[in-house]
Amino acid sequence: MFRFLVRRLIVALLVAATVMTLAFILTRLSGDLAISIAGPNATAADIEAVRKAYGLDRPVLEQFLDWVGRAVTGDLGNSYFFQTRVSTLIAERMPVTLTLGLTGLSLALLISIPMGILAAVRENTNFDRAVQMVALIGQAMPSFWLGLLLMIVFGLSLGWLPISGTGSWEHFVMPGIVLAFSAVPALTRLTRAGMIQAMASDYIRTARAKGLSRASILLKHALRNAAIPVVAIAAVQLGFMLGGSIVIEQVFALHGVGFLAWESIAKNDFPVVQAVVLVLAVIYVALTMVSDLLNAVLDPRLRA
Amino acid sequence: MSALLDVERLEVGFGGRTSAVRGASLTVERGETHCLVGESGCGKSVTALAIMNLLARGGHRTAQRLTFQGDDLLKLDDRGMARLRGNAMAMIFQEPMTSLNPAYTIGSQMTEVMRRHKKVSQRVAIDRAADLLGQVGITAPGLRLGQFPHQLSGGLRQRVMIAMALMCEPQLLIADEPTTALDVTVQAQILRLLAQLQRDLGLGLLLITHDLGIVARIAHRVSVMYAGEVVESAATAQLFADPKHPYTQGLLRCVPVPGKQRQDEPLGSIPGTVPRIGPGFEGCGFRDRCTFADATCAHAVPHQTAAPGHDYLCRLAP
Repeated sequence: MFRFLVRRLIVALLVAATVMTLAFILTRLSGDLAISIAGPNATAADIEAVRKAYGLDRPVLEQFLDWVGRAVTGDLGNSYFFQTRVSTLIAERMPVTLTLGLTGLSLALLISIPMGILAAVRENTNFDRAVQMVALIGQAMPSFWLGLLLMIVFGLSLGWLPISGTGSWEHFVMPGIVLAFSAVPALTRLTRAGMIQAMASDYIRTARAKGLSRASILLKHALRNAAIPVVAIAAVQLGFMLGGSIVIEQVFALHGVGFLAWESIAKNDFPVVQAVVLVLAVIYVALTMVSDLLNAVLDPRLRA
Repeated sequence: MSALLDVERLEVGFGGRTSAVRGASLTVERGETHCLVGESGCGKSVTALAIMNLLARGGHRTAQRLTFQGDDLLKLDDRGMARLRGNAMAMIFQEPMTSLNPAYTIGSQMTEVMRRHKKVSQRVAIDRAADLLGQVGITAPGLRLGQFPHQLSGGLRQRVMIAMALMCEPQLLIADEPTTALDVTVQAQILRLLAQLQRDLGLGLLLITHDLGIVARIAHRVSVMYAGEVVESAATAQLFADPKHPYTQGLLRCVPVPGKQRQDEPLGSIPGTVPRIGPGFEGCGFRDRCTFADATCAHAVPHQTAAPGHDYLCRLAP
């Protein structure tokens, strides 16, 4: 177990290093940063001044090593646009994104696990087929479009929910649903497949032979085994949701990390862009590790 | 007093296409070891699962009589049947490697059955589990209780299955080929254990096997199944001494007997395989493989008695 953790940690660090390098290179490839920072009316002298002020005149390698050196100590630099520290900026925006991501994941699990179990218990019935159909549609539906539809129906026509901003919990309902929708199909199908497999297994026959109640057979014996891949995928899905909330934060004007990333790209605020990419990558890698750990916790065979 | 288990004319079908069991009858007395023998696919396991009402989805059972300790099992609903299973009647299976839930410890799986059926504390259940693990020959029961199935060998897992089946002191234990998946040396140990537990606890044991060597050693009574029917049933000594049904005779010829079998003589075999029989089948299921078959075998199969307690299904005279 300890060696397994160490191995995973080394891989995680390598991934983080790769992401840092890529983020740095890609922001430089987007054009001459000094020109875009100085703005359209700047003279050649202004641009030179900006280049000097931000250290863009130094060799690229030196800039990179400088950034990496600071980043590992937690210093992600200053935003060119907001004139504050990038870390402060991200820390301010993170709660919104985390709230959104966790809302989305909770909703997704609350919907997909019961649906998956019921579909498995009623395998090959109309209910099962309906669930699979919904999952298919959910998979195919672009999230921005679903977001706009919800806004039109529940925000504008019915007036039940606010359509933008982060003032109250109600603001998170629609974005949460949209985000959940992206994860529901995979989680439902995984739960269904896992339950069908588990219910056909010998240990379920044993559980029945022991005269256990139906609830105990389904929820204690079958679900426990069917849930192992579901939980693991759910952790990875949360990573997707945190990174993928850029579109939804945009649609619902939620000022989270995704919104910040979009703003910074538009304004060529490249220290922020680099930092957001790095932070999301680290979170993603961390969640993948959590997923492995959960797997090991749930499946005793992996603990050895 | 009625038999512990009384099965009369049990029929099991799967979706109207195949008849897995066609009117099989058998009884298990209290404290009796009854062996059910026959080759693969003749309906032994399905019979056992039908008695326990554990048939897979699509399986349907009917019977003229199906009683356990005098109670009609056909009248019990799922809940009523669940109250008996694991309690007064228990079952162990052919596949010890996959029959335990990989996610729970041995202790948790053993105590859960007792706590389901008896009003006992976890402490009492744990003590009983440890005691039974000792009885089935597992050393360091305390350690085993905390282990997961994957940490145990196949033989140990089957011992755990046996101990788990005994948790609620059942009257009847159905063992469906409990040793088929195990090493030969382990097979013998498990069978000795079953025979000894049966004697010590006065269990009614319905043992399904196709190993006639086992039967000769531990069975009080033998029923031979073929194509979903019990074609012959007798006390063990009687059956081995005087088999009446051509299929039973064929089965016995397939077993080498030291001293009686000559080295240069080939061991007997029954040509062909068990036919797949659909609903509406008439006559003797064995007739295509039988050397004594004639035209009458396609219609009627008389039920005959060779001696008290020795019945068989064949037109041949006793």
